Amino acid sequence: MSITKETLIDFLYDEARMLDEGRFDEWLALWLPDGHYWMPLDYQQTDPINTTSLMYEDLFMLKLRVERLNGARTFSQKPKSRCHHVLQRPFVDEMNAEAGRFVTTTFMHYVETRLDEQQLLALTARHELALVDGRLRIANKRVDIVNCDAAFRNIQLLP
Amino acid sequence: MGRYTENPKAVADLFQGHRVHRDVYINNEIYNIEMKHLFANAWVFVGHESQTPNKGDYFATQVADQPVVQVRHSDGDIYVLRNRCPHKGTKIVIDRSGNTGKFFRCPYHAWSFKTNGNLLAIPLKKGYQDTGFSDSENSKGMPGVGAVKNYRGFIFCRLAEQGISFEDFFGDSLSSLDNMVDRSPEGRLEVVGPPLRYLHYCNWKMLVENQTDTCHPMVAHESSAGTAMKLWDEVTDKDTPLPPAMEIIAPFMSPYEFFEEMGIRTWPNGHGHTGVHHSIHSKYSEIPGYKESLAKTYGTEKAEEILAENRHNTVYFPNIMIKGPIQQLRVFIPLAADKCIVESYIYRLVGAPEELTARTAMYNRMINAPTSIVGHDDLEMYERAQEGLHADGMEWVNIQRLYEEDEDFSKEAVENGTTERQMRNQFDAWVKFITMSMKQEDAS
Repeated sequence: MSITKETLIDFLYDEARMLDEGRFDEWLALWLPDGHYWMPLDYQQTDPINTTSLMYEDLFMLKLRVERLNGARTFSQKPKSRCHHVLQRPFVDEMNAEAGRFVTTTFMHYVETRLDEQQLLALTARHELALVDGRLRIANKRVDIVNCDAAFRNIQLLP
Repeated sequence: MGRYTENPKAVADLFQGHRVHRDVYINNEIYNIEMKHLFANAWVFVGHESQTPNKGDYFATQVADQPVVQVRHSDGDIYVLRNRCPHKGTKIVIDRSGNTGKFFRCPYHAWSFKTNGNLLAIPLKKGYQDTGFSDSENSKGMPGVGAVKNYRGFIFCRLAEQGISFEDFFGDSLSSLDNMVDRSPEGRLEVVGPPLRYLHYCNWKMLVENQTDTCHPMVAHESSAGTAMKLWDEVTDKDTPLPPAMEIIAPFMSPYEFFEEMGIRTWPNGHGHTGVHHSIHSKYSEIPGYKESLAKTYGTEKAEEILAENRHNTVYFPNIMIKGPIQQLRVFIPLAADKCIVESYIYRLVGAPEELTARTAMYNRMINAPTSIVGHDDLEMYERAQEGLHADGMEWVNIQRLYEEDEDFSKEAVENGTTERQMRNQFDAWVKFITMSMKQEDAS
């Protein structure tokens, strides 16, 4: 498989659609085993480990998050939340076909809703993608919320 | 005027030993009385000294509904000032933190103030000559608070000019703060990063009560902690040591016996803690080099004593909770009868290995973030209660678990870890401090 700019962009749109349609098992299968989903708490935060983040989750924690959403006693998901991503055309910041390494930046609006509440978050998603065994995979993903320092209500799905 | 405003007896009657009336959670008049009296008479957490390490450093926050600023004055002391210009009320400090140099300057008309609040200068001051201005309270500068105490780096204030001393208010409960600070080989903590800020549409006291509610984790958090254990069993064999994330979340599923045996201690004035004998923090794996560095400071015996204390949640009445073993502080800031923000801070043990900070940061985001799979279910419970309490036909909330008649909260007590005594202790203190400065309605 040869990777073009368009392949990368299609991948990112497909990923967002999986999240919006709740196809979480497919979404988890996009990840490389040692990847991390990082959502910083601070503006331009550089350290995910030794200071608080909103999320810094390995694949086990992401599986747990997804598994919990469908639990019989997951009270905060009765009824379930729904989400919706609106993407700007992604920027391809790094395109190293030889190493099979790609970095993209995507600006998006994320809507999450449950019952009578709906919240809108503006996000910047930075993906590190890798070509492994002919498949594009997520090596790492960083999601910065524009108003990361605001007081939030529950954010239950995956921006 | 409503039912409660000048009627301390009616307010006191809302707590009846084993039960508390729903108005303490849903009544706006009670909320306003709490702001005016309860939070004025108690000692309330402001911030940590490491948030304002240098002269001129400030940190803007709120004490109940009062906008305040914590600032390091030129004499090195920390002051807590009301964040308003004495002229027109403009908040002097708008951003959350920074350095103001030698003085504050109001952005509206350039009145300026020393960092202890005293008025420094007013442009075109001659306009106030012979006006009587110098006799007015507005000429004094930014108002302060009744009293400020820096206890081992933690800044508390009492808004009321007169009242209980810091030492009398907290008494022996300070042992929890001591243990948290003693865990640093240098006896010093430093704040790490900004706090998590999590908005709840419920009364602030529901969150405070939940800190010593030991019968909810295995129920409300089954979806997160229970699922975690199930998943972990699927992916590993039984002998694999738990990774840090599992060490943190698995104890939430401990059986009732674990929580019964952990014990609850209550102190006078509404303070108390879970985890007298052990807690969900007891089984965390050792970080190499830490114990040794602590022993270097305190000696082996004292170091072991410090680390043997694994208090779970210590509630400092009225509105903070600390976790000594992981250096976390959560402040439950009231915004309305049915609205509050919880801010969750973490601190670094100065002189200790950074791995400890990493575990604390992990705990904070896993358990207390707006994105936390544990926090989601807590919020759901509080907000369901906030709505459910409006159901007529039953006006009282039950806090009767392991209740004994004529409980005496003026003495320290240690009891079964599933007692709701600490909640009753909080309401005993609530009545004491809210009615302390209320005036009885004129009988005529």
